[in-house]
Amino acid sequence: MPEPYENAKEAIAPTGAGGAMDLAMSEAETVRADGRGPRSLWSDAWHQLRRDPVFLVSAALIVFLVLIALWPQILTSADPLRCDLSKSQQGAAPGHPFGYDTQGCDVYTRTVYGARASITVGVCATVGAALLGSLLGGLAGFFGGWWDALLSRIADVFFGIPVILGGLVFLSVVTSSTVWPVVGFIVLLGWPQVARIARGAVITAKQHDYVQAARALGAGSARMLLRHVAPNAVAPVIVVATIALGTYIALEATLSFLGVGLRPPTVSWGIDISNAAPQIRNAPHMLLWPAGALSVTVLAFIMLGDAVRDALDPKLR
Amino acid sequence: MLLEVRDLYVEFRTREGIAHAVNGVSYAVDAGETLAVLGESGSGKSVTAQAVMGILDMPPGRITGGEILFQGRDLLTLKEDERRKVRGARMAMIFQDALSALNPVLSVGDQLGEMFVVHRGMSKKDARAKAIELMDRVRIPAARERVGQYPHQFSGGMRQRIMIAMAMALEPALIIADEPTTALDVTVQAQVMELLAELQRELDMGLILITHDLGVVADVADRIAVMYAGRIIETAPVHDIYKAAAHPYTQGLLDSIPRLHHKGRELYAIKGLPPSLLDIPPGCAFHPRCPRARDVCRTDVPPLHPVAPDRRSACHFWKETLDASHS
Amino acid sequence: MGRYVIRRLLQMIPVFIGSTFLIFFMVYALGDPVAALFGDKAPDPATAARIRKDLHLDQPLWKQYLLYMGAIFQGDFGTAFNGQKVTELMAAAFPVTLRLTLVAIVIEVIIGITLGVISGLRRGRPLDTGLLVLTLVVISVPTFVSGYLLQFLLGVKWGWVRPSVSSDARLDELILPGIVLALVSLAYVTRLSRTSIAENVRADYVRTAIAKGLPRHRVITRHLLRNSLIPVVTFIGADIGSLMGGAIVTERIFNIHGVGYQLYQGILRNNAPTVVGFVTILVIVFLVANLLVDLLYAVLDPRIRYA
Repeated sequence: MPEPYENAKEAIAPTGAGGAMDLAMSEAETVRADGRGPRSLWSDAWHQLRRDPVFLVSAALIVFLVLIALWPQILTSADPLRCDLSKSQQGAAPGHPFGYDTQGCDVYTRTVYGARASITVGVCATVGAALLGSLLGGLAGFFGGWWDALLSRIADVFFGIPVILGGLVFLSVVTSSTVWPVVGFIVLLGWPQVARIARGAVITAKQHDYVQAARALGAGSARMLLRHVAPNAVAPVIVVATIALGTYIALEATLSFLGVGLRPPTVSWGIDISNAAPQIRNAPHMLLWPAGALSVTVLAFIMLGDAVRDALDPKLR
Repeated sequence: MLLEVRDLYVEFRTREGIAHAVNGVSYAVDAGETLAVLGESGSGKSVTAQAVMGILDMPPGRITGGEILFQGRDLLTLKEDERRKVRGARMAMIFQDALSALNPVLSVGDQLGEMFVVHRGMSKKDARAKAIELMDRVRIPAARERVGQYPHQFSGGMRQRIMIAMAMALEPALIIADEPTTALDVTVQAQVMELLAELQRELDMGLILITHDLGVVADVADRIAVMYAGRIIETAPVHDIYKAAAHPYTQGLLDSIPRLHHKGRELYAIKGLPPSLLDIPPGCAFHPRCPRARDVCRTDVPPLHPVAPDRRSACHFWKETLDASHS
Repeated sequence: MGRYVIRRLLQMIPVFIGSTFLIFFMVYALGDPVAALFGDKAPDPATAARIRKDLHLDQPLWKQYLLYMGAIFQGDFGTAFNGQKVTELMAAAFPVTLRLTLVAIVIEVIIGITLGVISGLRRGRPLDTGLLVLTLVVISVPTFVSGYLLQFLLGVKWGWVRPSVSSDARLDELILPGIVLALVSLAYVTRLSRTSIAENVRADYVRTAIAKGLPRHRVITRHLLRNSLIPVVTFIGADIGSLMGGAIVTERIFNIHGVGYQLYQGILRNNAPTVVGFVTILVIVFLVANLLVDLLYAVLDPRIRYA
């Protein structure tokens, strides 16, 4: 009995050929086969991405966000931590287009600087979860047996912990004000998702005829894994990781909002939204700007993930 | 005439351009008659059948010309609701892969009985009795016990029998069988074909048998229509074709059947690939692969020349082909 | 089928032990429940030691865990440090959160599936594209942002609903919080049913159903939906657990005194028995929901039932 989600995939996968559209499609493939020559998955994906407006828009946004995360000075020369209490909760003023927050800090500057925390947490957590998940999942899928069983149960344990509750419990005992506890926690709860995908991809790849053939010809385990099996798992892992990136950023903000994620003096949209929320009646601008920035950032990454999935998963095309 | 397809054109709009799937196909089937439509995948044989059944995916498919006369009425002019009442009740279709063509989450009894509930307004209980009757008729053992089972619980041959039972349910005048035995083991193929032929005789139905396998055709078909790149290129009584082909493509198909008295000789294969429907070669679509091709084949589309009273060939050089085939 | 249920139940046991032990470890080993009890005052060593002994905190961690679990299975979740029994807190909090989750699930099912089916049947048309973009946007807005936004707009600015929920937490008061809680899942359900429908529309068995001459509505409801909604139903089942866990954010925004509120208070005050007790129950809910989903899957798909 496979895992329910795999069944779901199977159930929604298109069954059999049949359908005149398929006929026309297979003809199109014939053209490609004897005309322009077949393209690889990657160049095919890249070819599609370059023309996908969703990809172009999200990629441009992400490049912009990464730039201001690295050099916020591009957009503002002010210091996000220099505040003037006398301007508390005031609206927009010349040079301060988003107004001031309760502490009298410039909302524009803080919104710009907030990108750094979100992007850092998102990227680091994604890289961590993707590496750990594909390593453990890949090994489980490749070697199978008790190693696989043990790993699957461990992954289930982390699946069994509701994310936000886990975050509250795990992070409330941490006192560090750096991003690393949050990153560590997200990696801890995020890797099983990647591992499950990597494991499935590796098991599928292992059954391919050419891999069986390589094994029959006496290829060693390490060589098999690196040369024949691993490349097949890369695409699905990239797809889940890109989509996860957006949700990790949202998760970081949620944890910061609940007071257990990032802590001041780190500038974070989640913290600013949390501080602004009680004042929403008097000074909605304090909430709207960081909330908008956060949502746009998450949207950019989720859109990117969506586009990448469409390009890399030929089944869904 | 039970069914007459006249000069049918079907195209598909795809991302890469317009695929011309059917380009002026005409054929006819009478009650009690079996027409075998032969061709490679992409020859338009299935698309023509889907157009007749009214189950083309539209869009991307589009019927751009022609008539489909069934029992004297042009189906293409009917409203969808009238068309629907014809489907299943007066003409039915048997699909290639019964496992995917049957609904995986409904019992076979439900799927068979549904025909009677929808078209005859029967109660569920009566419909189930009818379903058992049908399963008996296609010789599925222990029908009463198995009527509540699901498609995946049957063997491939039994599933195809269920498909046949479903098509026969309302005793239609015409049945279209799209590669009904391709997905089956060779031993089971013969049994299923036999059953189909037997039921056809009993009910005096017209049968259109779509296949890419000349071997299947010989025993059951009365007439053959060979299709290539969306056109019929040869049509003839089945025995005439086996004696001699009047089109080089048919000749190629005949030569590629393994035969006992050819043992030891190398099996013939038609060289090249079938053309893309997005870009059908001008003139005779077969010319790039044809051993007899000359200049005229590259420019002029050959009409269907009458070869014999009941036989036509769309080859400029049908005479030479026929003579060479006889010798 | 029976053997399958038993196997799933057995598989649940190590996961249950693992998850609860992890939580237990975090709260009892990394935090200091006794120090928290005294707040900012320095604890009196003698009193602290007595409390440690009462709570078995002087025992090795695995033994503490066993003693705790033993007590839980006798219905004793311990006492919160303010003297209230944890079970009393649960009795007050769980019905509220269950009602909230129920409202959210109903919204998710009705709106999500309807939109998904409409969208899937019109794949590639403007409506479908619009809905796809909309769902992406909804997924991108974190719950706490959409929560405050909707509360501000509907509750404060336009005054359509009361911005916060009374302590009774009646069903009608929970509609707005329910929408907020459901929003992200709703978008996922829409996308999932859309994909599933769009893929199944071209399936061979749908073609067969059309070839049988069935009316369009029968083809859709009896053949297409029945198959397409299997993954959607399982998603929604699995989501029950996540919604109850995620309700903490929504409950905080609307000041609902449910599980999330109690847990949040417990964590702020480092109230170990409350936190571990509530989380243990939630882990059980989560696991049972997943088990039910698996069973439901088998009920809906005969290919699994008779495999």
